[in-house]
Amino acid sequence: MLWLAGGCVFEKENPMKILVPVKRVVDYNVKVRVKADGTGVDLANVKMSMNPFDEIAIEEAVRLKEAGIATEVIAVSCGVAACQETLRTAMAIGADRGILVETDVDLQPLAVAKLLQALCAKEQPQIVICGKQAIDDDANQTGQMLAALQNWPQATFASKVVIANGKASVTREIDGGLETLEISLPAVVSTDLRLNEPRYATLPNIMKAKKKPLDTVKPADLGVDVTPRLTTLKVAEPAKRSAGIRVADVAELVNKLKNEAKVI
Amino acid sequence: MTILVIAEHDHQQLKAATLNTVAAAQKIGGDIHVLVAGSNCNAAAQEAATLSGVSAVKVADAAHYQSQTAENLTALVIAHAAGYSHILAPATTFGKNLMPRVAALLDVAQISEITGVESADTFVRPIYAGNALATVQSVDAVKVITVRTTAFDAVNRENAAKIESISPAADTAQTTLTNRELTKSERPELGAAKIIVSGGRGLGSGENYHKLLEPLADKLGAALGASRAAVDAGFVPNDYQVGQTGKIVAPQLYIAVGISGAIQHLAGMKESKVIVAINKDPDAPIFQVADYGLVADLFETIPALVAAI
Ligand SMILES: Cc1cc2nc3c(=O)[nH]c(=O)nc-3n(C[C@H](O)[C@H](O)[C@H](O)COP(=O)(O)OP(=O)(O)OC[C@H]3O[C@@H](n4cnc5c(N)ncnc54)[C@H](O)[C@@H]3O)c2cc1C
Ligand SMILES: Nc1ncnc2c1ncn2[C@@H]1O[C@H](COP(=O)(O)O)[C@@H](O)[C@H]1O
Repeated sequence: MLWLAGGCVFEKENPMKILVPVKRVVDYNVKVRVKADGTGVDLANVKMSMNPFDEIAIEEAVRLKEAGIATEVIAVSCGVAACQETLRTAMAIGADRGILVETDVDLQPLAVAKLLQALCAKEQPQIVICGKQAIDDDANQTGQMLAALQNWPQATFASKVVIANGKASVTREIDGGLETLEISLPAVVSTDLRLNEPRYATLPNIMKAKKKPLDTVKPADLGVDVTPRLTTLKVAEPAKRSAGIRVADVAELVNKLKNEAKVI
Repeated sequence: MTILVIAEHDHQQLKAATLNTVAAAQKIGGDIHVLVAGSNCNAAAQEAATLSGVSAVKVADAAHYQSQTAENLTALVIAHAAGYSHILAPATTFGKNLMPRVAALLDVAQISEITGVESADTFVRPIYAGNALATVQSVDAVKVITVRTTAFDAVNRENAAKIESISPAADTAQTTLTNRELTKSERPELGAAKIIVSGGRGLGSGENYHKLLEPLADKLGAALGASRAAVDAGFVPNDYQVGQTGKIVAPQLYIAVGISGAIQHLAGMKESKVIVAINKDPDAPIFQVADYGLVADLFETIPALVAAI
């Protein structure tokens, strides 16, 4: 949900850029398989997409632009050359331009946060909207790390964002329910699933996105050391649940739960 | 080696997740300190001192810890981080919000949601919605870790550790809490419940959800959970969501009603001891993880189940 408040005068005088980091990940419908040699998961010929939380982040940024609050939406992706596709998707949703930080190194959240920090120094965004978690590493770190490095406030797991008078009021999904934080800008916001429903990129917009500017830089150009801090020693498949049984009716179910499983 | 565990609490009481986090710290080994940062949080500090394995409780009591913002807690943890080899917090929304901030300022990686401890620098953690388990080794001087609480049994409370006050850090004043709406419930907390009754889109409406599942939960003394679809459709509040991006649960008994069993849902509940699935679609993927599957219409089955228990 997006709520608008405040006049546009402020925004016109202070261009408000929004930076949105978008990660290329295995599509959320794919059930990944662990490689037989235990070195990782098998990504050969697997469908890749934009991290779903990042689609929500782009959508939110684009809505802020459409509402006259933001002036420019810049999508950033860090990783292999194919992340260009992810950036084109972001631009088809409505981002104005894209930046690819290209590297073949396996990037960990701290490295991504440092790359984003360097881009923040260059681009001076007022808000960075990122996803709360990438569905491949399930880390849930990058936005908070960037906020720390910038010494900016953060509002993670957002389900509602209101921007007015140089501040953001953000409703967050927390374990016990909801809370609302007021934070000064610049700040980092991370998206939860219920912030909005991203639009589908239409064909004309996909065509338009192809012509939008896309810059490529290398981590070294940004002066960032992206060497991983964690070494993956092995990747294993979790223990499989042994196959269960079908019960015929409620009576059999209750009987099994009481006498076999002994859980009620 | 000294480990700092950041307590999650409401100033009066510890959250149960803190007890699982201390258990993970015990697996790592070494001295364990618990940090209680709060406002008038003496009661929570006293409780922390009772946790087995804890050698000291450090208390920072100041008004600006009332709302537990990541900005203020980070400043405090950083100010007192020297000498700790590991800093741990539960992988709850509290810990997830805080710990990456701490790690970034220490210039170290954060290791998210560990489910196993191999050694002082090597940990197991699920990736890809739990479809793979990675064993990762950290080369950093300080290990900043969040702990998946369902993977570690809570420590018991038979201790009397010393309690020391520590100086609060300055108020960063970057963030103001303006509202907090906590779901009120007489039921057990999802994370700590022995039995969970969980409902999905198949229930059709919030009204049906409550009308059908509450009597069942009442009878079983169960917590209530939900799929994302049920939360998105407004049947229940967000904090009911079980899954990859909701809560991770592992009760003795998980009853999934009208839930199809998407990968993201399974990620949150497949470590449950016994899983029951009630779904009218015999091909629903939930049956692949269910110990007891009942292919039936939930509108008839649930009232019958309530009557039969
Ligand atoms: C990034 C991302 C993160 C996600 N995170 C989560 C998460 O944390 N948790 C989560 O749950 N989902 C999550 N999802 C969503 C997930 O992919 C599924 O969409 C969701 O779990 C489906 O919920 P459901 O099973 O209730 O609905 P459906 O898939 O629509 O299933 C409804 C089921 O009800 C059954 N049914 C219907 N009527 C009856 C009846 N009368 N009697 C018996 N059975 C009936 C149907 O047969 C069907 O199997 C996430 C998705 C994404 C993209
Ligand atoms: N390689 C990357 N490129 C761009 N954005 C990223 C990258 N990695 C993480 N992010 C952003 O950080 C969020 C959280 O990721 P993570 O901390 O890895 O769970 C994602 O939703 C993205 O918005």
